[in-house]
Amino acid sequence: MWNFKQYADNTALISDDGQSITYGRLQSEMDKLAEAAGKRCLVFSMCSNTIGSVLGYAAFLEHHIVPVLLNAHLDSELFKNLLKAYRPSFVWMPDKQAEAHNSFEKVYSAYGYSLMRNPDGRDWPLYEELTLLLTTSGSTGSQKFVRQSYKNIRVNTEQIVEYLGLDEAERPVTTLPMNYTYGCSVINTHLYVGAAILLTDKAVMTREFWSFMKEQKATSIAGVPYTYEMLEKLRFFRMDLPHLRTMTQAGGKLSPELQKEFSEYASANGKKFIVMYGACEATARMGYLPHEKAIEKYGSCGIAVPRGKFSLIDADNHVIEDAGVTGELVYEGDNVTLGYAECPEDLAKGDERHGRLETGDMAKRDEDGFYYIVGRKKRFLKVYGNRVNLDEVDRLIKAKFDYMDCASAGVDDHIYIFMTDDTKAEEVRKFISEKTSLNPSAFQVVHLESIPKNDSGKVLYTELAKYYTGTVHK
Amino acid sequence: MNNKEKYLKAFCEALNITPEQTEGLVYTGISEWDSVGHMNLIASLEETFDIMMDTDDIIDLSSFEKGMEILKEKYDVEF
Repeated sequence: MWNFKQYADNTALISDDGQSITYGRLQSEMDKLAEAAGKRCLVFSMCSNTIGSVLGYAAFLEHHIVPVLLNAHLDSELFKNLLKAYRPSFVWMPDKQAEAHNSFEKVYSAYGYSLMRNPDGRDWPLYEELTLLLTTSGSTGSQKFVRQSYKNIRVNTEQIVEYLGLDEAERPVTTLPMNYTYGCSVINTHLYVGAAILLTDKAVMTREFWSFMKEQKATSIAGVPYTYEMLEKLRFFRMDLPHLRTMTQAGGKLSPELQKEFSEYASANGKKFIVMYGACEATARMGYLPHEKAIEKYGSCGIAVPRGKFSLIDADNHVIEDAGVTGELVYEGDNVTLGYAECPEDLAKGDERHGRLETGDMAKRDEDGFYYIVGRKKRFLKVYGNRVNLDEVDRLIKAKFDYMDCASAGVDDHIYIFMTDDTKAEEVRKFISEKTSLNPSAFQVVHLESIPKNDSGKVLYTELAKYYTGTVHK
Repeated sequence: MNNKEKYLKAFCEALNITPEQTEGLVYTGISEWDSVGHMNLIASLEETFDIMMDTDDIIDLSSFEKGMEILKEKYDVEF
């Protein structure tokens, strides 16, 4: 997967506690860890932006061990459920958490992480091309994973390196979790070119983050729409950041106004602001807006990545040729992943997509071939960059609150939960915020006399739209 | 309402918490006060006291008590 020998003397990782590691050392640490695991198998890799976490990830990919990337701070009940469902051979986790798993055997430790053998582990048949499993939703503990292959990761890494023009002089600072597809692609692409990755879990709202990125002369940051809203709030445009060259944005649609503002700031200050488009199902990236076009085409998610292809289809699956007509966005390329796994038996499955992905996003194309996302076909929203399935939200609430009548809907970053029982409003809000690990301000509970439904009992979500469209959010 | 009461109200509304929870409260000490909550909090304080906070003050506002200190020293809000 990697070519670390070529960059043996380069610094690969620098963490915010002052530790660092070269590519040469990283390679030898990876080899030792993989030897301790001993075989191709399934591993839960509990991620944080630390050297130990990246070491495990890089080692597993290089040595054909299949990691499932999970957040190290995943709710313990959700973690147990996943462990029971997938029975991985090992868990690669922070030492502190490893202590709590005394039924597990510690087989190896390095850089604050331990490889723990799961006494209930099983040797599942793994499809030979299967490399990596990622969740599509942030942290709801969903048991559905995207199956990515060696080719997927390699191809998408090369596509991104090419259009961003990355080389070993880069010093990206982490602003996203590495188990999140976008955060993972930042790691992949920079390891690939031999750059130094600055690792921190500190949020952009903290002094520690800014001290670290300034001291270490970070050259790029990556953010979801909410990150850029925070940066604007932090008076980012007035900051003195001479080393910062590139800002990338993905994980949902940034408001056109903010996209324009950041593009103008970048252009005036000799920096690049690059809006990108992607999905975990396409490994990471499918499209990008070249920075030279950032101001002219603001509001657009750009064009397909190198060697990828976009098209639009109508409701009858016919290709739309005309500009300005809305249809479902379809992407074709070698970075389209194999498919999903919803249980461990699915890990033996081969390629189910054959390089073509219907994205579920509704888009249109202008006369110059630039694409604009206008909506979504399916019932999910992006909240702070995380995909949230609204049906899943309804299901979680109904299961917890004795099947009370409820329905959720909304716009990105604002989920509205409609309920007939207004005595439970606060309780529901607290519950769903905990289950999704999203701040409670993402949820608003609306009391209705009855939930609008059709004759067959299906919720009429379009009827709910009048309660939240046109409302002013704070 | 005096400034202390206004401050408390802004805090509770922004983070969706009770006045009892604010004492000794620190950033990331509760799930409500994460970076999203912090954004809401800054917006709420700016609106309440009709001020525009600097970057340094936004990232230094790491506890309920520290916030009052910053407002007093930098923005002439008397408590």
